[in-house]
Amino acid sequence: MSNRGFKNGNWNESINVRNFVIQNITPYEEDDSFLQGPTDRTKRLWDVCRVALKEERQNNGVRAIDTEIVSTINAFGAGYIQKEDEVIVGLQTDMLLKRAMKPYGGYNVVAKAVSEHGLEVDPKVKEIFTKYAKTHNDGVFDVYTKEIRKFRSLGFLTGLPDNYARGRVIGDYRRLALYGIDALIQAKQQDMDGLVGPMDDSRIRVREEVAEQIKALREMIEMGKRYGLELNRPANNAQEAVQWTYMAYLAAVKEQDGAAMSLGNVSSFLDIFIQKDLVEGTITEADAQEYIDQFVMKLRMVRHLRMDAYEQIFAGDPTWVTESIGGMLADGRTKVTKTSFRFLQTLYNLGPSPEPNITILWSQNLPEGFKRFCSKVSIDTSSIQYENDDLMRENRCSDDYGIACCVSFQEIGKQIQFFGARTNLAKTLLLALNGGRCENTNTLMVPGIKELEGEYLDYNQVIENFKIAMHTVARVYNESMNIIHYMHDRYYYEKGQMALVDTNPKINIAYGIAGLSIIADSLSAIKHTKVKAIRNEDGLTVDFTIEGEFPKYGNDDDRVDDIARKVVNHFNNELKAIKVYKDADPTLSVLTITSNVVYGKKTGATPDGRGAGVPFAPGANPMHGRDTHGAIASLNSVAKIDYKDSQDGISNTFSIVPKSLGADRKDRIVNLVATLDGYFGRKAHHLNVNVLNRETLLDAMENPEEYPQLTIRVSGYAVNFTRLSREQQQEVISRSFHDKM
Amino acid sequence: MESLSVHSIESFGTHDGPGVRMIIFTQGCKFKCLYCHNPDTIPMDKGTKYELEDLVRRAINMKGYFGKLGGVTVSGGEPLIHSKGLIPLFKRLKGEGIHTNIDTNGRILNAHTKELIDNYADLVMLDIKHINNEWHKKITGGHEVTYPLRFAEHREASGKPMWIRYVLVPGWTDQPEYLHELGNHFKDYQTIEKIEIQPYHQLGVHKWESLGWKYQLSDVEENSDEQLLKAKEILSEYFKEVKVN
Repeated sequence: MSNRGFKNGNWNESINVRNFVIQNITPYEEDDSFLQGPTDRTKRLWDVCRVALKEERQNNGVRAIDTEIVSTINAFGAGYIQKEDEVIVGLQTDMLLKRAMKPYGGYNVVAKAVSEHGLEVDPKVKEIFTKYAKTHNDGVFDVYTKEIRKFRSLGFLTGLPDNYARGRVIGDYRRLALYGIDALIQAKQQDMDGLVGPMDDSRIRVREEVAEQIKALREMIEMGKRYGLELNRPANNAQEAVQWTYMAYLAAVKEQDGAAMSLGNVSSFLDIFIQKDLVEGTITEADAQEYIDQFVMKLRMVRHLRMDAYEQIFAGDPTWVTESIGGMLADGRTKVTKTSFRFLQTLYNLGPSPEPNITILWSQNLPEGFKRFCSKVSIDTSSIQYENDDLMRENRCSDDYGIACCVSFQEIGKQIQFFGARTNLAKTLLLALNGGRCENTNTLMVPGIKELEGEYLDYNQVIENFKIAMHTVARVYNESMNIIHYMHDRYYYEKGQMALVDTNPKINIAYGIAGLSIIADSLSAIKHTKVKAIRNEDGLTVDFTIEGEFPKYGNDDDRVDDIARKVVNHFNNELKAIKVYKDADPTLSVLTITSNVVYGKKTGATPDGRGAGVPFAPGANPMHGRDTHGAIASLNSVAKIDYKDSQDGISNTFSIVPKSLGADRKDRIVNLVATLDGYFGRKAHHLNVNVLNRETLLDAMENPEEYPQLTIRVSGYAVNFTRLSREQQQEVISRSFHDKM
Repeated sequence: MESLSVHSIESFGTHDGPGVRMIIFTQGCKFKCLYCHNPDTIPMDKGTKYELEDLVRRAINMKGYFGKLGGVTVSGGEPLIHSKGLIPLFKRLKGEGIHTNIDTNGRILNAHTKELIDNYADLVMLDIKHINNEWHKKITGGHEVTYPLRFAEHREASGKPMWIRYVLVPGWTDQPEYLHELGNHFKDYQTIEKIEIQPYHQLGVHKWESLGWKYQLSDVEENSDEQLLKAKEILSEYFKEVKVN
């Protein structure tokens, strides 16, 4: 393998991008003063994009749909924004922001999305997918049990990836640039040769998967040729490294429309090529920034075809092109490079944006200059999120990882995830109060739960019932997951992405829960006050009376925070006890995306005083307005959830008005750095940071056209605020904005 | 177990002392300043009892957020009413290596106060309501300015850091001649690190109403940028740092 002047290591002998990075990285410890603005070419391109984005907004959120071609890596010819200005090329389809059909997840969903925009799927495609081809969605519903259907339709399990692609797999897109496709095919061929008998189910399956991967790699070579790129060989310079990496990602988003299609952690890898060219004097800083600006611009233009109902769980048309930046290497050096800064600089050069979903891997040991720059970017754009690198490195034992979807650790190229959406644990608590029956429909969900006795709710009795309910919910949840991922592998296998991951990778299944703060407060109320259930004629709870004050989650009060911690621990243990398809390791998240609104709608009144239908707090956030001791007490409560019990991530969204962060800009930057150091120093996992005035959001609701790029972080990702539904906008605004002075 | 009468706790204070701070607002104040934006902290008979150890635990939980600058500020109400109780609290905080700060109107200077601020308060923020005695009385409900000035003298003599804070109320505290007088009074103080101008706002008016008290400055408008700049200019002649908070 040619080393192109780089320092050699294990990466020359086998596919090992991490080793290449460790051998060749140039950590950067200074400040942001070297950064450059956009080039004229970049500005012209972005102008074209802005016009297209406006058209998209004016056309009901979709600029165009191709209704004839089924998207695959190779299905479309070359597409450009404005060819003469592009230094990084490649679009998903042949036209900017045109969306493509990927019906292997489920044909009906595609047909519905197309018809919702007044179009029709080409009859031939329709014929194929209704007569001849089977999809993931068909497979799942062929085998779902009655019980699973019940838990799904009544809202105990929601957002399951059974009619859309599961996503969450991160290909190691860097491999294409470092090795070129010929070498990758060769390596996969070697794997294949080693996969010999006995030919049991799993062995046959792996052989078929590797065969598919090799096909996908060949398709990528062809895709590259359409743009005049020789992807079969490694990248020879910085521009090619960025281009090759993007092409690998592009193949993924041409083939798959998973809910989250993360990018990984490419910035410091690319920096190695950029740094080399800069040192050799073949490019300037302006060139370097131009590559990154244009790469990021392309990532911002990624689109998937979604039906309207999808908005309820994933609002704002997100794509989760999550790029993780920063963090530390196991050897103690920082992974921050100048290109880490250059990625963040795109938020100035192109303006704020929800995508790519930039995630800072925060370590106490990050260089001070980088910490401050991140803080400044948060204050100026509200577009980035933070995760605890020290915590993840230590617990997950890798320094080469990305964030899958919103908040979830994934070692790059070595591991994948099975996305599991989430279960409504607040509704599960109501099963404990209603003899195992759904509080809305009186349907028996969990047999064997005793009706509660006595005038007031008894804490121990409730806990005992709650545990029975959780046990059953965990089982049904697991069964649905096994079916979903079995079928996804079978009918919508991610061959392009998996071609860039080691053969037979380690798998985590990513379970999730919603409603944690409601459970904590409800149980706290039952424990610390007298709570009486008001029941309807069927004996189902419709409301509660609470006599007295109770400690509320979000105030750094162990009396309630311990309850939250224990519930997460308990449910995680329930899930861990059950074997998963392909021997995946169970992990759990406390994360809602925007589904906290729809979950709330489906959940009756709860003993914490929350009325029926009222939205949950997002992720692991305390309930709106109940955290009365200020922002840090609120952060400290969330920090108590043990990451070991929730390794798929614990999402917290922190919104603060600029003035509350400090009197002036300098103070604000320093104070936000201190806040992040403090929060993550307490082993907290994730934080979205919004620095915004409530008035700005209110104004944006009324005058959306004036805020085309207004970005706000919600649970685990960022959205363009004006693309949220009115209901979701109101929910965001009603949330705790820390505004004490 | 020792306890403190607390109005509220703000765990993310960024305007009451350096850095990120835990602010303990104590209950009770003898002044009744016309523009008070937390009038609900004035009555002596309200508040929630917090055990000192609970306050210390909360502060320790926040230590990581304080960075190099932050710490704990006790504000009010008027914290020095509770001087005796604050001594053990500040002792414990100092023992934990936490920066301590008192935000006071400087009315009280007894043995307990002296022990507290001389030995345990890393910083004192002294609110001067007005430099002119008549105006001072008018604003505070009849209290003489000599007490805060005496307090300032004591802090100066101790040689430990002090900030002056000054609420700029249009027509009430922004008279140029008095701003000069304020500057002249303090210009030779060595311990004063800066003066903070606190812009006037009416965010606390509803609290006056809910207490059944009449708010007398209803027709006073918030400062214009120009007014703030003007005051800053004048005070800059006398203080090494002037900050609009």
